[in-house]
Amino acid sequence: MKRLHSFLLLTSFLFTFFLLTSCGSSNSSSASDSPAKYIENKGSDTIVNLALAWAEKYQSDHSDVRISVTGGGSGTGIAALVNGTVDLANASRKIKDEEVAEAQSNGVEPVEHIIARDAIAVIVNPNNPVSELTLQQISDIYSGKYTNWTEVGGEDRPIVRLSRETNSGTHVYFLETVLRLGSKDDKTLFSMDTLLLPSSEGIISEVRDNPNAIGYDGLGYVPDDLKTIAIANEAGSAYVLPSIETVNDKSYAIARDLYMYTNGGPTGIVKEYLDWILSDEAQLIVAELGFVPVLK
Amino acid sequence: MEKSLSWREFIITRLIQTSGYSAILFVALIFFFLLREGLPTLTEVDMSSLLNIRWYPIEDYFGILPLITGSLVVTLGAALIAVPFGIGTAVYISEIAPRWMREILKPLVELLGGLPSVVLGFLGILVLAPFLRVFLNLPTGLTALTGSLLLGGIAVPTVVSVAEDALDSVPRAYREGAWALGATKWQTIWRVTLPAARSGVLTAVMLGIGRAIGETMTVMMVTGNAPVLAIKLGSLFSPVRTMTATIAAEMGEVANGSTHYHVLFFIGMVLFIISLVVNIIASSVVFRAKKRAERILS
Repeated sequence: MKRLHSFLLLTSFLFTFFLLTSCGSSNSSSASDSPAKYIENKGSDTIVNLALAWAEKYQSDHSDVRISVTGGGSGTGIAALVNGTVDLANASRKIKDEEVAEAQSNGVEPVEHIIARDAIAVIVNPNNPVSELTLQQISDIYSGKYTNWTEVGGEDRPIVRLSRETNSGTHVYFLETVLRLGSKDDKTLFSMDTLLLPSSEGIISEVRDNPNAIGYDGLGYVPDDLKTIAIANEAGSAYVLPSIETVNDKSYAIARDLYMYTNGGPTGIVKEYLDWILSDEAQLIVAELGFVPVLK
Repeated sequence: MEKSLSWREFIITRLIQTSGYSAILFVALIFFFLLREGLPTLTEVDMSSLLNIRWYPIEDYFGILPLITGSLVVTLGAALIAVPFGIGTAVYISEIAPRWMREILKPLVELLGGLPSVVLGFLGILVLAPFLRVFLNLPTGLTALTGSLLLGGIAVPTVVSVAEDALDSVPRAYREGAWALGATKWQTIWRVTLPAARSGVLTAVMLGIGRAIGETMTVMMVTGNAPVLAIKLGSLFSPVRTMTATIAAEMGEVANGSTHYHVLFFIGMVLFIISLVVNIIASSVVFRAKKRAERILS
Protein backbone atom coordinates (compact mmCIF):
# COMPACT_ATOMS: atom_id res chain seq x y z
CA MET A 1 0.00 0.00 0.00
CA LYS A 2 2.74 2.42 1.04
CA ARG A 3 4.64 1.56 -2.10
CA LEU A 4 1.61 2.24 -4.28
CA HIS A 5 1.18 5.62 -2.65
CA SER A 6 4.76 6.65 -3.10
CA PHE A 7 4.65 5.47 -6.69
CA LEU A 8 1.58 7.59 -7.40
CA LEU A 9 3.17 10.51 -5.65
CA LEU A 10 6.35 10.16 -7.66
CA THR A 11 4.58 9.95 -11.02
CA SER A 12 2.36 12.90 -10.27
CA PHE A 13 5.40 14.85 -9.13
CA LEU A 14 7.28 14.04 -12.33
CA PHE A 15 4.24 14.93 -14.39
CA THR A 16 3.91 18.31 -12.71
CA PHE A 17 7.62 18.88 -13.16
CA PHE A 18 7.39 18.27 -16.91
CA LEU A 19 4.39 20.51 -17.18
CA LEU A 20 6.18 23.28 -15.35
CA THR A 21 9.36 23.02 -17.37
CA SER A 22 7.54 22.90 -20.69
CA CYS A 23 5.46 25.93 -19.73
CA GLY A 24 8.57 27.71 -18.55
CA SER A 25 10.46 27.20 -21.78
CA SER A 26 7.62 28.42 -23.99
CA ASN A 27 7.19 31.44 -21.76
CA SER A 28 10.81 32.42 -21.92
CA SER A 29 10.93 32.17 -25.72
CA SER A 30 7.90 34.40 -26.14
CA ALA A 31 9.24 36.82 -23.58
CA SER A 32 12.47 37.31 -25.49
CA ASP A 33 10.53 38.24 -28.65
CA SER A 34 8.76 40.92 -26.59
CA PRO A 35 5.60 40.95 -28.73
CA ALA A 36 4.20 44.42 -29.01
CA LYS A 37 0.97 43.80 -30.90
CA TYR A 38 -1.83 41.39 -30.13
CA ILE A 39 -4.70 40.27 -32.32
CA GLU A 40 -7.56 38.34 -30.72
CA ASN A 41 -9.30 36.13 -33.28
CA LYS A 42 -12.31 33.97 -32.40
CA GLY A 43 -15.34 32.28 -33.94
CA SER A 44 -16.40 29.66 -36.45
CA ASP A 45 -15.09 26.14 -35.96
CA THR A 46 -15.09 25.78 -39.74
CA ILE A 47 -12.50 28.52 -40.05
CA VAL A 48 -10.45 27.77 -36.95
CA ASN A 49 -7.82 25.55 -38.66
CA LEU A 50 -7.43 28.01 -41.50
CA ALA A 51 -7.15 30.93 -39.06
CA LEU A 52 -4.53 29.00 -37.07
CA ALA A 53 -2.48 28.28 -40.19
CA TRP A 54 -2.62 31.93 -41.19
CA ALA A 55 -1.73 33.08 -37.69
CA GLU A 56 1.25 30.73 -37.54
CA LYS A 57 2.61 31.83 -40.89
CA TYR A 58 2.06 35.51 -40.16
CA GLN A 59 3.69 35.29 -36.75
CA SER A 60 6.74 33.54 -38.12
CA ASP A 61 7.19 36.41 -40.61
CA HIS A 62 6.33 39.17 -38.13
CA SER A 63 7.90 38.30 -34.79
CA ASP A 64 6.44 41.39 -33.10
CA VAL A 65 2.84 40.24 -33.65
CA ARG A 66 0.98 37.67 -31.55
CA ILE A 67 -2.32 36.30 -32.78
CA SER A 68 -4.50 34.16 -30.55
CA VAL A 69 -7.05 32.02 -32.36
CA THR A 70 -9.99 30.22 -30.73
CA GLY A 71 -13.05 28.43 -32.09
CA GLY A 72 -16.47 28.04 -30.52
CA GLY A 73 -18.84 28.73 -33.41
CA SER A 74 -19.78 31.70 -35.56
CA GLY A 75 -22.28 33.02 -33.02
CA THR A 76 -19.71 32.82 -30.24
CA GLY A 77 -17.21 34.85 -32.28
CA ILE A 78 -19.75 37.52 -33.19
CA ALA A 79 -20.95 37.71 -29.58
CA ALA A 80 -17.33 38.27 -28.54
CA LEU A 81 -16.95 41.04 -31.12
CA VAL A 82 -20.14 42.65 -29.81
CA ASN A 83 -18.78 42.46 -26.26
CA GLY A 84 -15.50 43.96 -27.46
CA THR A 85 -13.30 41.04 -26.39
CA VAL A 86 -11.90 40.21 -29.86
CA ASP A 87 -10.47 42.18 -32.78
CA LEU A 88 -11.52 39.74 -35.47
CA ALA A 89 -14.59 37.49 -35.40
CA ASN A 90 -14.61 34.50 -37.76
CA ALA A 91 -18.00 33.51 -39.15
CA SER A 92 -19.10 30.91 -41.64
CA ARG A 93 -22.41 32.76 -42.11
CA LYS A 94 -23.43 36.37 -42.62
CA ILE A 95 -24.06 38.34 -39.45
CA LYS A 96 -27.77 38.33 -38.50
CA ASP A 97 -29.83 41.53 -38.34
CA GLU A 98 -30.45 41.16 -34.63
CA GLU A 99 -26.72 40.70 -34.03
CA VAL A 100 -26.05 43.93 -35.94
CA ALA A 101 -28.70 45.69 -33.84
CA GLU A 102 -27.19 44.36 -30.63
CA ALA A 103 -23.70 45.38 -31.76
CA GLN A 104 -24.85 48.90 -32.58
CA SER A 105 -26.54 49.26 -29.22
CA ASN A 106 -23.16 48.31 -27.72
CA GLY A 107 -21.37 50.92 -29.86
CA VAL A 108 -19.82 48.32 -32.16
CA GLU A 109 -20.05 48.65 -35.95
CA PRO A 110 -19.42 45.21 -37.54
CA VAL A 111 -17.65 45.39 -40.92
CA GLU A 112 -17.62 42.33 -43.16
CA HIS A 113 -14.62 40.87 -45.01
CA ILE A 114 -14.84 37.82 -47.28
CA ILE A 115 -11.69 35.84 -46.62
CA ALA A 116 -12.23 32.48 -48.35
CA ARG A 117 -14.93 30.26 -49.78
CA ASP A 118 -16.04 26.87 -48.53
CA ALA A 119 -18.02 23.99 -49.94
CA ILE A 120 -20.16 21.75 -47.75
CA ALA A 121 -19.59 18.11 -48.62
CA VAL A 122 -22.34 15.57 -47.97
CA ILE A 123 -20.68 12.39 -46.74
CA VAL A 124 -21.62 8.76 -46.27
CA ASN A 125 -19.84 5.59 -45.20
CA PRO A 126 -17.62 4.08 -47.96
CA ASN A 127 -19.71 0.89 -47.75
CA ASN A 128 -22.86 2.77 -48.75
CA PRO A 129 -23.52 2.17 -52.48
CA VAL A 130 -25.26 5.55 -52.88
CA SER A 131 -22.91 8.08 -54.46
CA GLU A 132 -25.16 10.59 -56.21
CA LEU A 133 -28.13 12.57 -54.85
CA THR A 134 -30.11 15.60 -55.96
CA LEU A 135 -30.53 18.58 -53.65
CA GLN A 136 -34.22 17.70 -53.35
CA GLN A 137 -33.38 14.15 -52.24
CA ILE A 138 -30.97 15.41 -49.57
CA SER A 139 -33.62 17.84 -48.37
CA ASP A 140 -36.16 15.01 -48.15
CA ILE A 141 -33.70 12.80 -46.28
CA TYR A 142 -32.99 15.47 -43.67
CA SER A 143 -36.60 16.58 -43.31
CA GLY A 144 -37.57 13.00 -42.50
CA LYS A 145 -39.55 12.22 -45.67
CA TYR A 146 -37.16 9.40 -46.55
CA THR A 147 -36.24 7.05 -43.73
CA ASN A 148 -34.68 4.13 -45.58
CA TRP A 149 -31.76 4.10 -48.01
CA THR A 150 -33.78 2.06 -50.55
CA GLU A 151 -35.86 5.20 -51.24
CA VAL A 152 -32.80 6.88 -52.79
CA GLY A 153 -31.42 3.76 -54.46
CA GLY A 154 -29.40 2.25 -51.64
CA GLU A 155 -29.47 -0.87 -49.46
CA ASP A 156 -32.28 -1.73 -47.07
CA ARG A 157 -30.94 0.20 -44.10
CA PRO A 158 -32.43 2.90 -41.88
CA ILE A 159 -31.11 6.40 -42.53
CA VAL A 160 -29.31 7.99 -39.58
CA ARG A 161 -29.13 11.75 -40.11
CA LEU A 162 -26.18 13.61 -38.61
CA SER A 163 -25.97 17.35 -38.27
CA ARG A 164 -23.87 19.96 -36.46
CA GLU A 165 -25.41 21.65 -33.40
CA THR A 166 -27.73 24.59 -33.97
CA ASN A 167 -25.03 27.06 -32.87
CA SER A 168 -22.93 26.11 -35.88
CA GLY A 169 -22.92 28.40 -38.91
CA THR A 170 -22.71 25.27 -41.05
CA HIS A 171 -26.01 24.04 -39.56
CA VAL A 172 -27.84 27.27 -40.41
CA TYR A 173 -26.34 27.39 -43.88
CA PHE A 174 -27.31 23.78 -44.58
CA LEU A 175 -30.86 24.42 -43.33
CA GLU A 176 -31.30 27.44 -45.61
CA THR A 177 -29.52 26.17 -48.71
CA VAL A 178 -30.32 22.47 -48.73
CA LEU A 179 -33.37 21.72 -46.55
CA ARG A 180 -35.25 24.82 -47.72
CA LEU A 181 -33.52 24.91 -51.11
CA GLY A 182 -32.80 28.61 -50.67
CA SER A 183 -36.45 29.62 -50.38
CA LYS A 184 -37.15 32.12 -47.58
CA ASP A 185 -40.82 31.12 -47.14
CA ASP A 186 -40.04 27.44 -46.80
CA LYS A 187 -40.45 26.41 -43.15
CA THR A 188 -39.03 22.88 -43.49
CA LEU A 189 -37.14 21.77 -40.38
CA PHE A 190 -34.64 19.04 -39.68
CA SER A 191 -36.38 15.77 -38.80
CA MET A 192 -36.72 15.53 -35.02
CA ASP A 193 -34.53 12.45 -34.76
CA THR A 194 -31.59 14.14 -36.49
CA LEU A 195 -28.52 13.62 -34.33
CA LEU A 196 -27.01 16.98 -33.38
CA LEU A 197 -23.31 16.43 -32.77
CA PRO A 198 -21.21 19.07 -31.06
CA SER A 199 -18.16 18.75 -33.32
CA SER A 200 -17.02 18.02 -36.87
CA GLU A 201 -14.97 15.18 -35.45
CA GLY A 202 -18.12 13.60 -33.97
CA ILE A 203 -19.80 13.57 -37.38
CA ILE A 204 -16.76 12.18 -39.16
CA SER A 205 -16.16 9.37 -36.67
CA GLU A 206 -19.83 8.33 -36.75
CA VAL A 207 -19.95 8.33 -40.58
CA ARG A 208 -16.69 6.40 -40.72
CA ASP A 209 -18.10 3.76 -38.38
CA ASN A 210 -21.79 3.60 -39.30
CA PRO A 211 -23.01 2.48 -42.77
CA ASN A 212 -26.49 3.92 -42.00
CA ALA A 213 -25.25 7.45 -41.49
CA ILE A 214 -25.35 10.53 -43.68
CA GLY A 215 -23.61 13.70 -42.57
CA TYR A 216 -22.31 17.00 -43.88
CA ASP A 217 -19.22 19.03 -43.14
CA GLY A 218 -16.90 21.64 -44.56
CA LEU A 219 -14.89 20.28 -47.52
CA GLY A 220 -11.64 21.05 -45.69
CA TYR A 221 -12.59 18.65 -42.90
CA VAL A 222 -13.59 15.57 -44.88
CA PRO A 223 -10.91 12.88 -44.75
CA ASP A 224 -10.17 10.74 -47.82
CA ASP A 225 -11.55 7.53 -46.33
CA LEU A 226 -15.17 8.78 -46.40
CA LYS A 227 -17.37 8.90 -49.47
CA THR A 228 -18.36 12.34 -50.72
CA ILE A 229 -21.72 12.50 -52.50
CA ALA A 230 -21.94 14.07 -55.97
CA ILE A 231 -24.86 16.51 -56.00
CA ALA A 232 -27.19 17.63 -58.77
CA ASN A 233 -29.06 20.93 -58.47
CA GLU A 234 -32.21 19.27 -59.79
CA ALA A 235 -33.25 15.95 -61.22
CA GLY A 236 -31.75 15.54 -64.70
CA SER A 237 -28.84 17.94 -64.30
CA ALA A 238 -25.26 16.76 -63.91
CA TYR A 239 -23.99 15.36 -60.60
CA VAL A 240 -21.05 17.41 -59.36
CA LEU A 241 -18.43 16.59 -56.74
CA PRO A 242 -17.15 19.50 -54.64
CA SER A 243 -13.69 20.81 -55.61
CA ILE A 244 -11.92 24.14 -56.02
CA GLU A 245 -12.90 24.26 -59.69
CA THR A 246 -16.56 23.35 -59.25
CA VAL A 247 -16.97 25.85 -56.39
CA ASN A 248 -15.37 28.66 -58.37
CA ASP A 249 -17.43 28.03 -61.52
CA LYS A 250 -20.52 27.77 -59.27
CA SER A 251 -21.56 24.36 -60.58
CA TYR A 252 -21.42 22.85 -57.07
CA ALA A 253 -24.52 23.99 -55.26
CA ILE A 254 -23.60 24.00 -51.57
CA ALA A 255 -20.82 26.55 -51.36
CA ARG A 256 -20.59 29.70 -49.32
CA ASP A 257 -18.38 32.63 -48.41
CA LEU A 258 -16.40 32.69 -45.18
CA TYR A 259 -16.13 35.95 -43.29
CA MET A 260 -14.14 37.88 -40.75
CA TYR A 261 -15.81 40.79 -38.99
CA THR A 262 -14.06 43.80 -37.48
CA ASN A 263 -15.36 46.63 -35.33
CA GLY A 264 -15.44 49.54 -37.79
CA GLY A 265 -13.00 49.64 -40.71
CA PRO A 266 -9.81 47.77 -39.77
CA THR A 267 -6.87 49.91 -38.69
CA GLY A 268 -3.22 49.39 -37.79
CA ILE A 269 -2.04 45.85 -37.28
CA VAL A 270 -5.48 44.31 -37.89
CA LYS A 271 -5.64 46.02 -41.30
CA GLU A 272 -2.15 44.78 -42.19
CA TYR A 273 -3.17 41.25 -41.21
CA LEU A 274 -6.42 41.36 -43.22
CA ASP A 275 -4.60 42.71 -46.29
CA TRP A 276 -2.09 39.88 -45.99
CA ILE A 277 -4.94 37.33 -45.70
CA LEU A 278 -6.20 38.42 -49.11
CA SER A 279 -2.71 38.19 -50.64
CA ASP A 280 -1.73 35.29 -52.93
CA GLU A 281 0.57 33.87 -50.26
CA ALA A 282 -2.21 33.52 -47.68
CA GLN A 283 -4.77 32.34 -50.21
CA LEU A 284 -2.38 29.53 -51.14
CA ILE A 285 -2.81 28.25 -47.55
CA VAL A 286 -6.58 28.37 -48.13
CA ALA A 287 -6.22 25.97 -51.05
CA GLU A 288 -3.84 23.72 -49.12
CA LEU A 289 -6.40 23.26 -46.36
CA GLY A 290 -9.14 22.22 -48.75
CA PHE A 291 -11.02 25.50 -48.82
CA VAL A 292 -11.53 27.62 -51.90
CA PRO A 293 -9.44 30.80 -52.42
CA VAL A 294 -11.22 34.10 -52.98
CA LEU A 295 -11.08 35.05 -56.65
CA LYS A 296 -9.78 38.52 -57.30
CA MET B 1 -3.28 34.97 28.21
CA GLU B 2 -6.85 34.24 29.10
CA LYS B 3 -8.03 37.19 27.09
CA SER B 4 -6.06 36.39 23.91
CA LEU B 5 -7.29 32.80 24.03
CA SER B 6 -10.93 33.89 24.19
CA TRP B 7 -10.24 36.37 21.40
CA ARG B 8 -8.81 33.67 19.23
CA GLU B 9 -11.69 31.42 20.16
CA PHE B 10 -14.12 34.12 19.14
CA ILE B 11 -12.50 34.69 15.74
CA ILE B 12 -12.24 30.99 14.95
CA THR B 13 -15.87 30.40 15.92
CA ARG B 14 -16.99 33.26 13.71
CA LEU B 15 -14.87 32.03 10.79
CA ILE B 16 -16.33 28.55 10.99
CA GLN B 17 -19.80 29.99 11.36
CA THR B 18 -19.35 32.18 8.28
CA SER B 19 -18.14 29.31 6.14
CA GLY B 20 -21.12 27.29 7.32
CA TYR B 21 -23.58 30.03 6.49
CA SER B 22 -21.85 30.81 3.18
CA ALA B 23 -23.00 27.46 1.81
CA ILE B 24 -26.61 28.47 2.43
CA LEU B 25 -25.91 31.92 1.04
CA PHE B 26 -24.40 30.54 -2.17
CA VAL B 27 -27.27 28.14 -2.80
CA ALA B 28 -29.73 30.97 -2.21
CA LEU B 29 -27.80 33.29 -4.53
CA ILE B 30 -27.59 30.67 -7.25
CA PHE B 31 -31.30 29.98 -7.00
CA PHE B 32 -32.07 33.68 -7.03
CA PHE B 33 -29.91 34.12 -10.14
CA LEU B 34 -31.61 31.18 -11.87
CA LEU B 35 -35.03 32.61 -11.04
CA ARG B 36 -34.08 36.07 -12.26
CA GLU B 37 -32.74 34.78 -15.59
CA GLY B 38 -35.20 31.93 -16.05
CA LEU B 39 -38.59 33.26 -14.97
CA PRO B 40 -38.93 35.78 -17.85
CA THR B 41 -39.45 32.64 -19.96
CA LEU B 42 -42.97 32.33 -18.60
CA THR B 43 -43.95 35.73 -20.00
CA GLU B 44 -42.03 35.37 -23.26
CA VAL B 45 -43.07 31.84 -24.21
CA ASP B 46 -46.58 30.38 -23.99
CA MET B 47 -47.04 27.45 -21.66
CA SER B 48 -48.42 25.41 -24.57
CA SER B 49 -45.33 26.01 -26.67
CA LEU B 50 -43.08 25.28 -23.68
CA LEU B 51 -44.80 21.92 -23.23
CA ASN B 52 -44.52 21.19 -26.94
CA ILE B 53 -42.51 18.25 -28.22
CA ARG B 54 -40.32 20.20 -30.63
CA TRP B 55 -37.02 21.74 -29.51
CA TYR B 56 -35.50 23.89 -32.24
CA PRO B 57 -34.54 27.16 -30.57
CA ILE B 58 -33.15 28.99 -33.61
CA GLU B 59 -36.68 28.93 -35.10
CA ASP B 60 -38.37 29.67 -31.74
CA TYR B 61 -39.56 26.16 -30.97
CA PHE B 62 -39.02 25.87 -27.23
CA GLY B 63 -40.64 22.55 -26.28
CA ILE B 64 -38.67 21.33 -23.25
CA LEU B 65 -40.48 18.00 -22.78
CA PRO B 66 -38.03 16.05 -25.00
CA LEU B 67 -35.14 17.40 -22.92
CA ILE B 68 -36.73 16.53 -19.58
CA THR B 69 -37.68 13.02 -20.68
CA GLY B 70 -34.24 12.59 -22.25
CA SER B 71 -32.52 13.44 -18.96
CA LEU B 72 -34.85 11.17 -17.01
CA VAL B 73 -34.34 8.17 -19.32
CA VAL B 74 -30.56 8.46 -19.24
CA THR B 75 -30.48 9.01 -15.46
CA LEU B 76 -32.88 6.14 -14.77
CA GLY B 77 -30.75 3.81 -16.89
CA ALA B 78 -27.62 4.98 -15.09
CA ALA B 79 -29.24 4.43 -11.68
CA LEU B 80 -30.32 0.91 -12.64
CA ILE B 81 -26.68 0.15 -13.37
CA ALA B 82 -24.94 2.14 -10.65
CA VAL B 83 -27.12 1.20 -7.66
CA PRO B 84 -26.77 -2.62 -7.71
CA PHE B 85 -23.15 -2.47 -8.84
CA GLY B 86 -22.23 0.27 -6.40
CA ILE B 87 -23.89 -1.28 -3.36
CA GLY B 88 -22.61 -4.73 -4.30
CA THR B 89 -19.07 -3.43 -4.56
CA ALA B 90 -19.41 -1.55 -1.28
CA VAL B 91 -20.69 -4.67 0.50
CA TYR B 92 -17.86 -6.74 -0.95
CA ILE B 93 -15.19 -4.22 0.02
CA SER B 94 -16.47 -3.62 3.53
CA GLU B 95 -17.86 -7.04 4.54
CA ILE B 96 -16.34 -9.83 2.48
CA ALA B 97 -13.00 -8.88 0.96
CA PRO B 98 -9.85 -9.79 2.91
CA ARG B 99 -7.82 -6.87 4.20
CA TRP B 100 -5.17 -6.82 1.45
CA MET B 101 -7.85 -6.92 -1.24
CA ARG B 102 -9.63 -3.99 0.37
CA GLU B 103 -6.41 -1.99 0.38
CA ILE B 104 -6.15 -2.46 -3.40
CA LEU B 105 -9.82 -2.07 -4.31
CA LYS B 106 -10.54 1.14 -2.40
CA PRO B 107 -7.89 3.32 -4.04
CA LEU B 108 -8.73 1.81 -7.43
CA VAL B 109 -12.41 2.73 -7.09
CA GLU B 110 -11.40 6.23 -6.04
CA LEU B 111 -9.10 6.43 -9.06
CA LEU B 112 -12.06 5.50 -11.26
CA GLY B 113 -14.01 8.34 -9.68
CA GLY B 114 -11.27 10.74 -10.70
CA LEU B 115 -11.43 9.84 -14.39
CA PRO B 116 -12.28 12.97 -16.41
CA SER B 117 -15.71 12.52 -17.99
CA VAL B 118 -14.44 13.70 -21.36
CA VAL B 119 -12.10 10.69 -21.44
CA LEU B 120 -15.04 8.38 -20.78
CA GLY B 121 -16.89 10.19 -23.57
CA PHE B 122 -14.08 9.37 -25.99
CA LEU B 123 -14.18 5.74 -24.95
CA GLY B 124 -17.93 5.84 -25.54
CA ILE B 125 -17.66 7.27 -29.04
CA LEU B 126 -14.78 5.08 -30.18
CA VAL B 127 -15.49 1.77 -28.43
CA LEU B 128 -18.88 1.47 -26.72
CA ALA B 129 -21.13 3.09 -29.36
CA PRO B 130 -19.80 1.06 -32.34
CA PHE B 131 -19.97 -2.11 -30.23
CA LEU B 132 -23.58 -1.50 -29.14
CA ARG B 133 -24.66 -0.67 -32.70
CA VAL B 134 -23.37 -3.98 -34.02
CA PHE B 135 -24.23 -6.05 -30.95
CA LEU B 136 -27.84 -4.86 -30.62
CA ASN B 137 -28.30 -4.19 -34.36
CA LEU B 138 -29.33 -0.57 -33.82
CA PRO B 139 -29.41 2.15 -36.52
CA THR B 140 -26.81 4.09 -34.52
CA GLY B 141 -24.76 3.47 -31.39
CA LEU B 142 -25.24 7.03 -30.10
CA THR B 143 -28.21 6.24 -27.86
CA ALA B 144 -29.58 6.83 -24.37
CA LEU B 145 -28.30 3.37 -23.42
CA THR B 146 -24.71 4.32 -24.29
CA GLY B 147 -25.06 7.39 -22.09
CA SER B 148 -26.61 5.34 -19.28
CA LEU B 149 -23.80 2.78 -19.31
CA LEU B 150 -21.11 5.46 -19.13
CA LEU B 151 -22.99 7.51 -16.53
CA GLY B 152 -23.47 4.35 -14.51
CA GLY B 153 -19.70 3.95 -14.60
CA ILE B 154 -19.27 7.54 -13.47
CA ALA B 155 -21.78 7.17 -10.62
CA VAL B 156 -20.48 3.82 -9.31
CA PRO B 157 -17.40 5.23 -7.51
CA THR B 158 -19.56 7.84 -5.75
CA VAL B 159 -22.03 5.18 -4.61
CA VAL B 160 -19.26 2.80 -3.55
CA SER B 161 -17.23 5.22 -1.46
CA VAL B 162 -20.21 6.70 0.41
CA ALA B 163 -21.98 3.35 0.93
CA GLU B 164 -18.74 1.71 2.02
CA ASP B 165 -18.20 4.40 4.65
CA ALA B 166 -21.75 3.86 5.90
CA LEU B 167 -21.30 0.08 6.15
CA ASP B 168 -17.95 0.55 7.83
CA SER B 169 -19.48 2.67 10.58
CA VAL B 170 -21.99 -0.02 11.59
CA PRO B 171 -20.75 -1.13 15.05
CA ARG B 172 -18.95 -4.44 15.07
CA ALA B 173 -21.19 -5.61 17.90
CA TYR B 174 -24.18 -5.78 15.50
CA ARG B 175 -22.42 -8.33 13.29
CA GLU B 176 -21.07 -10.28 16.25
CA GLY B 177 -24.58 -10.41 17.71
CA ALA B 178 -25.97 -11.79 14.45
CA TRP B 179 -23.20 -14.38 14.16
CA ALA B 180 -23.74 -15.40 17.76
CA LEU B 181 -27.37 -16.13 16.91
CA GLY B 182 -26.20 -18.45 14.15
CA ALA B 183 -26.89 -16.17 11.17
CA THR B 184 -24.83 -16.84 8.05
CA LYS B 185 -22.60 -14.18 6.54
CA TRP B 186 -25.22 -13.41 3.87
CA GLN B 187 -28.04 -13.18 6.44
CA THR B 188 -25.93 -10.84 8.53
CA ILE B 189 -25.22 -8.57 5.56
CA TRP B 190 -28.78 -8.56 4.21
CA ARG B 191 -30.76 -8.43 7.47
CA VAL B 192 -28.45 -6.60 9.86
CA THR B 193 -25.59 -4.60 8.40
CA LEU B 194 -27.35 -3.13 5.33
CA PRO B 195 -30.53 -2.10 7.24
CA ALA B 196 -28.39 -0.58 10.00
CA ALA B 197 -26.48 1.46 7.41
CA ARG B 198 -29.64 2.27 5.46
CA SER B 199 -29.52 6.05 5.71
CA GLY B 200 -25.90 6.17 4.56
CA VAL B 201 -26.56 3.77 1.72
CA LEU B 202 -29.56 5.82 0.62
CA THR B 203 -27.43 8.97 0.69
CA ALA B 204 -24.93 7.13 -1.50
CA VAL B 205 -27.65 6.26 -4.01
CA MET B 206 -28.95 9.85 -4.09
CA LEU B 207 -25.46 11.30 -4.52
CA GLY B 208 -24.87 8.81 -7.34
CA ILE B 209 -28.11 9.82 -9.08
CA GLY B 210 -27.22 13.48 -8.55
CA ARG B 211 -23.85 12.87 -10.16
CA ALA B 212 -25.54 11.17 -13.11
CA ILE B 213 -28.26 13.74 -13.79
CA GLY B 214 -25.80 16.63 -13.63
CA GLU B 215 -23.16 15.04 -15.84
CA THR B 216 -22.76 16.93 -19.10
CA MET B 217 -19.70 16.21 -21.20
CA THR B 218 -20.12 12.45 -21.54
CA VAL B 219 -23.81 12.56 -22.43
CA MET B 220 -23.24 15.34 -24.92
CA MET B 221 -20.67 13.18 -26.69
CA VAL B 222 -22.49 9.84 -26.77
CA THR B 223 -26.28 10.29 -26.66
CA GLY B 224 -26.67 11.78 -30.15
CA ASN B 225 -28.50 14.88 -28.84
CA ALA B 226 -31.63 14.38 -30.93
CA PRO B 227 -34.51 16.15 -29.13
CA VAL B 228 -37.04 13.32 -29.41
CA LEU B 229 -39.72 12.73 -26.78
CA ALA B 230 -38.41 9.73 -24.86
CA ILE B 231 -41.50 8.02 -23.44
CA LYS B 232 -41.63 4.80 -25.43
CA LEU B 233 -39.97 1.61 -24.22
CA GLY B 234 -37.59 1.76 -27.18
CA SER B 235 -36.42 5.22 -26.20
CA LEU B 236 -33.53 3.72 -24.28
CA PHE B 237 -32.20 2.42 -27.61
CA SER B 238 -32.61 5.62 -29.59
CA PRO B 239 -30.84 8.98 -29.42
CA VAL B 240 -32.00 11.47 -26.80
CA ARG B 241 -31.04 15.00 -25.82
CA THR B 242 -30.54 15.80 -22.14
CA MET B 243 -31.09 19.11 -20.36
CA THR B 244 -27.43 19.44 -19.38
CA ALA B 245 -26.16 18.78 -22.91
CA THR B 246 -28.62 21.35 -24.27
CA ILE B 247 -27.43 24.04 -21.89
CA ALA B 248 -23.78 23.23 -22.55
CA ALA B 249 -24.15 23.09 -26.32
CA GLU B 250 -26.24 26.22 -26.73
CA MET B 251 -25.21 28.59 -23.94
CA GLY B 252 -22.08 29.76 -25.75
CA GLU B 253 -24.11 30.88 -28.73
CA VAL B 254 -27.14 32.74 -27.40
CA ALA B 255 -27.44 36.49 -27.36
CA ASN B 256 -27.51 37.73 -23.75
CA GLY B 257 -31.08 38.44 -22.64
CA SER B 258 -32.80 36.81 -25.62
CA THR B 259 -35.75 34.43 -25.24
CA HIS B 260 -33.49 31.46 -25.99
CA TYR B 261 -31.14 32.63 -23.21
CA HIS B 262 -34.01 32.81 -20.73
CA VAL B 263 -35.32 29.39 -21.74
CA LEU B 264 -31.86 27.87 -21.17
CA PHE B 265 -31.87 29.29 -17.64
CA PHE B 266 -35.41 28.00 -17.21
CA ILE B 267 -34.07 24.52 -18.06
CA GLY B 268 -31.36 25.08 -15.46
CA MET B 269 -34.13 25.92 -12.98
CA VAL B 270 -36.00 22.71 -13.81
CA LEU B 271 -32.77 20.75 -13.30
CA PHE B 272 -32.19 22.48 -9.96
CA ILE B 273 -35.74 21.72 -8.83
CA ILE B 274 -35.45 18.07 -9.86
CA SER B 275 -32.30 17.57 -7.81
CA LEU B 276 -33.88 19.47 -4.92
CA VAL B 277 -36.89 17.15 -4.97
CA VAL B 278 -34.64 14.08 -5.12
CA ASN B 279 -32.72 15.37 -2.10
CA ILE B 280 -35.85 16.20 -0.12
CA ILE B 281 -37.32 12.76 -0.77
CA ALA B 282 -34.05 11.14 0.25
CA SER B 283 -33.70 13.08 3.48
CA SER B 284 -37.35 12.52 4.45
CA VAL B 285 -36.92 8.77 3.96
CA VAL B 286 -33.75 8.84 6.03
CA PHE B 287 -35.52 10.87 8.71
CA ARG B 288 -38.42 8.40 8.90
CA ALA B 289 -36.01 5.48 9.03
CA LYS B 290 -34.26 7.08 11.98
CA LYS B 291 -37.48 7.60 13.87
CA ARG B 292 -38.41 3.97 13.46
CA ALA B 293 -35.01 2.83 14.63
CA GLU B 294 -35.38 5.02 17.71
CA ARG B 295 -38.80 3.55 18.39
CA ILE B 296 -37.42 0.05 18.28
CA LEU B 297 -34.53 0.94 20.54
CA SER B 298 -36.68 2.64 23.18
